[in-house]
Amino acid sequence: MSKVKSIFTSSNAFLVYLLVVMILIVTIINPNFLSAENFLTILRSSAYSGIFAIGFLFVLICGGLDVSFAAVATVGQYIAGKVMINAPGTPWIFVVLIPPLVGVLLAGFNAFMIYKLNAPPLIITIAIQNIVFGVLQFVTQGRWLSNFPKWFNEFPLKLVVSTENSNGVLYGLSVLTVIWFAVAAIADFILKKTVYGRRLYAMGGNIEAARRGGIDILKYQMFAYGFLGFCSGLAGLVHTMVTQTVAPNTLIGNEFYTIAAVVLGGANIFGGSGSVFGTVMGVIIMAVLTNALTIMRVPAYWHQVFTGGILIASMAVTAAHARRAYKKG
Amino acid sequence: MANYITMKNICKNYIGVQALKNVDFSLDRGEIHCLVGGNGSGKSTLIKVLSGVNQPEPGGEIIIDGKTFSSLSVQESIKQGIRVIYQDLALFPNLSIKENIAFQIYGETNSPIVDWDAVESRAKAAMEIIGLDMDPDRLVGSLSIAEQQLVEITRSLVGELKLLILDEPTASLTRKEVNALFAAIRRLQARGVTTMFVSHKMNEIFEIAEKVTVIRDGEIIGAYPPAELDDDKLVYFMTGKTFRTEAPDPIDPSAGFILETKNLTKKDEFEDISIQVRKGEILGITGLLGSGRTEFALSIFGMNPPDSGEIWIDGKKEKITSNVRAQKLKIAYVPEDRLSQGVILDQPILENLTITVFERFLEKFGLMNLKKRRSESEKMVQDLLMKISSLDAPMRTLSGGNQQKGVLAKWLATNPRLLILDEPTVGIDVYAKNSIYELIKNLARTGMGIILISDEILEVLSNCHRVLVMEQGKIVHELTPNENSAAELLEKFNLA
Repeated sequence: MSKVKSIFTSSNAFLVYLLVVMILIVTIINPNFLSAENFLTILRSSAYSGIFAIGFLFVLICGGLDVSFAAVATVGQYIAGKVMINAPGTPWIFVVLIPPLVGVLLAGFNAFMIYKLNAPPLIITIAIQNIVFGVLQFVTQGRWLSNFPKWFNEFPLKLVVSTENSNGVLYGLSVLTVIWFAVAAIADFILKKTVYGRRLYAMGGNIEAARRGGIDILKYQMFAYGFLGFCSGLAGLVHTMVTQTVAPNTLIGNEFYTIAAVVLGGANIFGGSGSVFGTVMGVIIMAVLTNALTIMRVPAYWHQVFTGGILIASMAVTAAHARRAYKKG
Repeated sequence: MANYITMKNICKNYIGVQALKNVDFSLDRGEIHCLVGGNGSGKSTLIKVLSGVNQPEPGGEIIIDGKTFSSLSVQESIKQGIRVIYQDLALFPNLSIKENIAFQIYGETNSPIVDWDAVESRAKAAMEIIGLDMDPDRLVGSLSIAEQQLVEITRSLVGELKLLILDEPTASLTRKEVNALFAAIRRLQARGVTTMFVSHKMNEIFEIAEKVTVIRDGEIIGAYPPAELDDDKLVYFMTGKTFRTEAPDPIDPSAGFILETKNLTKKDEFEDISIQVRKGEILGITGLLGSGRTEFALSIFGMNPPDSGEIWIDGKKEKITSNVRAQKLKIAYVPEDRLSQGVILDQPILENLTITVFERFLEKFGLMNLKKRRSESEKMVQDLLMKISSLDAPMRTLSGGNQQKGVLAKWLATNPRLLILDEPTVGIDVYAKNSIYELIKNLARTGMGIILISDEILEVLSNCHRVLVMEQGKIVHELTPNENSAAELLEKFNLA
């Protein structure tokens, strides 16, 4: 009984309600919105921010913070792009491994600095973000990369399940969406079922208790930041697949969109709580909001106003939930 | 009983201080051993040597089960089955009870996958031993401090437990919970577990301990069977002094009321509370945790405004809706939980003492007169006989008793006419307790009205003019202390 009840009152349920209400309102205003095709498009175009968000969730849960992930992703994009252009014959497997590897290395460096300097993660990662962005601009001179090999053009167009719309155009579940959901499934498994995941929650809940309990803090911080690094690289790769270009300044600057989605999804900015389901929902809600406002031809600056509004509203609900959860258990 | 642990010639020096001086200490297997001593007597250091947090100076020996160590590391101590429950609990508020309890078993297997069935069954088994009857899926953050402590004790049972060290475990427990804890300790004893127990509460020591070791100024005074001790003897051993508590001076019956509440009510917290406090009167309020006494006190201090009823201060009806307003009316409230509400641990003592009155040191252009602030702080330290190394040392470096005096000092600096003290002596030693009692009585002599809220009936009976008993949000009894009061209260309300 209590389990059934909690499904309807949990903060995850709130996200589902929020999404349903948003879809209803937008559909009433513009009936074109509600279609499987549009929804699948949203899922494809938000795949990369969804992957960012999953990685960011790990860092938040362990009580950390990282705002350098977009810069880290851009480095991976650039190196992979350069390799594809300068050595078009490189096997695809090497190309796709480059960004996640770069991500793990840079994020691991973040974690190491945060631990060794015992410094606030926000400051360290702002510093890294600045350094990386500056070096990127110097090295790239702001030039865009494009004209990637054929396999790189074709892969992102693959559909896992597909059908035709009334105009005879093929649409369906993009392989990029599948990658996102696969990452989400793995992340969910790690967080719920593995010792690694549980220890991340523990660290985020009470780091001193975790230390006393014999948890190797550096190791687990490396793990959480490293996972974010991996996700950042992957997200950068997926982003490049969607846009087929690499520009040094498209991802950087949009970090807060991801952070907002994760927090909207119920993760605590101070660590210790958050779920993969909530995070995925947070990303979808943000994407649906943007898409709906675009369809309704609302000027872009209003998007930010709505995003901010949704975020504040959801904070209020989450705070009320947390109070109740702590009162009643 | 067989010898279990022997410590020989243990010394420990901190910078400039010898915390332990040639300590010899021993524990028998399965005994319940009480360690008593004042704040700063070396109890904590001794515990830290056993738990491996501190290493003793070379030359000492720690013999565990016949194996000799010159010092222990934390890992070695855990390996030997030694677990310490500190006062600041090491729990994860965001995780469930069962996960908190069974957290250690994650490291036992090499499998990275959590075996949730094992977590549940291990947690339940440990909970059964302790007698912890709760939903194992509840979040620890939703539990009371007392319940959290039981969870942490339960956790020590997961894995091999040979010696359980409890650092003042009863400081924040109600009597009922103390009973549950003692029952748990006895059940552990039946399983061969040795318990070392630090406490300031005499009645508890006599109730549970099979042996009492007294430590003072880093030296072992002796180890005694409780039958050879009584309250006075124990206090004498601990402090080297004898104390006599004197009743407060009689109050002037014509003195006006500083505080009067009329039918103060707040839904689900307290109901229909009408009390009066005269100038110079010390009013005691006792009752079990959850009786609504703290909530009531906070409503006078403006932090928990009542739904209905009136508050009169010095003969004037007042609406106190914030603590700022309460301070303007010269009401001071010293909270129960000094660690989370009373002191800023990492800030210097100087800052802590003057935080309530720093406007007083502001001069032209809003600049602070640092000299004046320092000299007034020095005076506060002298007035309350606080033992400190320097005003610039962080509050954290003080013993519990001195921290509590610091909290008192900072509120006394506001020159209150009504002082509300919520459990002012929790977790501090006999010596510090007595000096706080003296202080309270001296303040009453100056005409201050004082409300003393306490669990310890002896504390309220021997220091107050009148005592109110609260139960489930209502005042159920009022008495003027006399020699029969203690027995009367114990019998009527089962407060012991």
